[in-house]
Amino acid sequence: MVQQLTSGERQNALVILLCVFVTGVIMAAAGGSDPLGVHGVIVLLFSAGLGALVSRSFYEPQPDPQRLSQYYDDPIKVGIALTLAWGIFGMFMGVWTAAQLAWPDLAFDAGWSSFGRLRPTHTTGVIFGFGGNALIATSFHVVQRTSRARLAGQVSPWFVLLGYNLFCILAVTGYFMGVTQSKEYAEPEWYADLWLVVVWVTFFVLYLRTLARRKEPHIYVANWYFMAFIVVVAILHIVNNLAIPVSFSQAKSYTIWAAVQDAMVQWWYGHNAVAFFLTAGFLGMLYYYLPVRAQRPIFSYRLSILSFWGITFFYMWAGSHHLHYTALPHWVQNLGMTFSVMLLVPSWASAGNALLTLNGAWHKVRDDATLRFIMVAVVFYGLSTFEGSFMAIRPVNALSHYTDWTVGHVHAGALGWVAFITFGSIYTLVPSLWKRERMYSSALVEVHFWLAVTGTLIYVFAMWNSGIIQGLMWRTYTEEGTLAYSFLDSLVAMYPYYIARAFGGLLFLLGAIVAAFNIWMTVRAVPVAAARQADVPDSGLAPGAAATPAE
Amino acid sequence: MDIDHNTLVGFAKSWGLFYLIALFIGVVIYAFWPSNRKRFDDAKRNILDEDDRPWQ
Repeated sequence: MVQQLTSGERQNALVILLCVFVTGVIMAAAGGSDPLGVHGVIVLLFSAGLGALVSRSFYEPQPDPQRLSQYYDDPIKVGIALTLAWGIFGMFMGVWTAAQLAWPDLAFDAGWSSFGRLRPTHTTGVIFGFGGNALIATSFHVVQRTSRARLAGQVSPWFVLLGYNLFCILAVTGYFMGVTQSKEYAEPEWYADLWLVVVWVTFFVLYLRTLARRKEPHIYVANWYFMAFIVVVAILHIVNNLAIPVSFSQAKSYTIWAAVQDAMVQWWYGHNAVAFFLTAGFLGMLYYYLPVRAQRPIFSYRLSILSFWGITFFYMWAGSHHLHYTALPHWVQNLGMTFSVMLLVPSWASAGNALLTLNGAWHKVRDDATLRFIMVAVVFYGLSTFEGSFMAIRPVNALSHYTDWTVGHVHAGALGWVAFITFGSIYTLVPSLWKRERMYSSALVEVHFWLAVTGTLIYVFAMWNSGIIQGLMWRTYTEEGTLAYSFLDSLVAMYPYYIARAFGGLLFLLGAIVAAFNIWMTVRAVPVAAARQADVPDSGLAPGAAATPAE
Repeated sequence: MDIDHNTLVGFAKSWGLFYLIALFIGVVIYAFWPSNRKRFDDAKRNILDEDDRPWQ
């Protein structure tokens, strides 16, 4: 990894790490015993560890200049390893928190392991740790292959990947200590947020510079989705996290937004995090790995453009459906509701486009579990976008809001769509990235597929049932006009569903562990594929034409 | 002029409508513009080419 950097690049890496180290020292000194101080120590240990790694190889020979005529895959490989590690951590925390809801004693009477602190470690672990690393890794892969250009930087891809993981580490360790902004999916405090801005702008510039080197005249649609993901997440993150720290030596800050505006900004952020983090980027994966795996071009390229702009401009307005029946003005609720319903059009356009691409290749779907992962992802994408539009309608929301139905909907999307498309993409990517003939075991891919499908279905059905029962119990009145059930009654009714949910999640976690083992063994044990006839770098002439004199 | 609730509602209901419709028309024209057809067809096929090196 470090061997692929020139000595100048190794120096640059060390200078960057030194700056991060100094920042860590300042944070530790200023913070003292505040959580900010603990985070300072984490930052300085993180940069010192990486610094040791770079120094160890500092005097090794210069890399082969030929490397510049190949794709830059080292950061992608590390990104996939981090994706799997975060996936297993985040899913384990999910199973633990799910089990706590059924058996509260599993909090063991400690502060750090209480439900309120563990829950964000699950959401951050799976969304930002697992999903975010998968997005960074696959975006680096897709942008290079579809542009036929090497990444436009040697150190910056590492900065993006490792800097992003430092953010995730600060986030998760903070939750255990009770650090939070109390904004769902935007819990990390001001210093971590500032750091993410630096990382994200670097990501944006790297992506644009790589696209600028492309050979194809047209930017393939997968890149549009990845660009939308990068640009919009930057905007959302900055606006929602505008906050003033209590002091520069404390972790605590207060948002600049007040009252209902704060709620609106938060759910504008929150829903667009679903839109541009959990949808746009993963649609980018879909539009590349689905055609590649099925070896069929996308059904309609025009439709993919129309649905791209539809998703981009409709999703922006949908966030207020999280605030039905609140102090938010009625017309803003209506706006969010209307756009949420309209969103069904571009969402189903993408899902239909993907399924029509597979039409005529169903035998491949039957035989190839990897393609089946992608197909199931598309089906769940279609289902959960329909469900989401439906739940955003105000009277439906009256039943579903604050119940487990919401949790079931989120997991239909997060397990069924996001995790399935990620695993489908990773199984497509791993053999080609490590130049292996195949995965170590196709039987284990099959095992993973069925564990994941079963786990998702158990989870989602449990939450649908419990959510609707909860919603109905909360709105059932007696003849005297009082509520028929107390909150505790509804809680007791949830017990069997909470056990089922924890079991479904456990199956999904086991599947992820099987995937990690299979990928590890593919890298370790499967022989390298016979060197493919390396394509001659494109000289602007048709293949074979270069050596032929003009006639 | 005070910027009150009604001003914002009026703005959202007029300009919001116009720019989204203009955007929609623009995107449809771009997607169906005849000379873009070849470019799109090439784009969707070229990603399937066997190729394991960048062009530069």
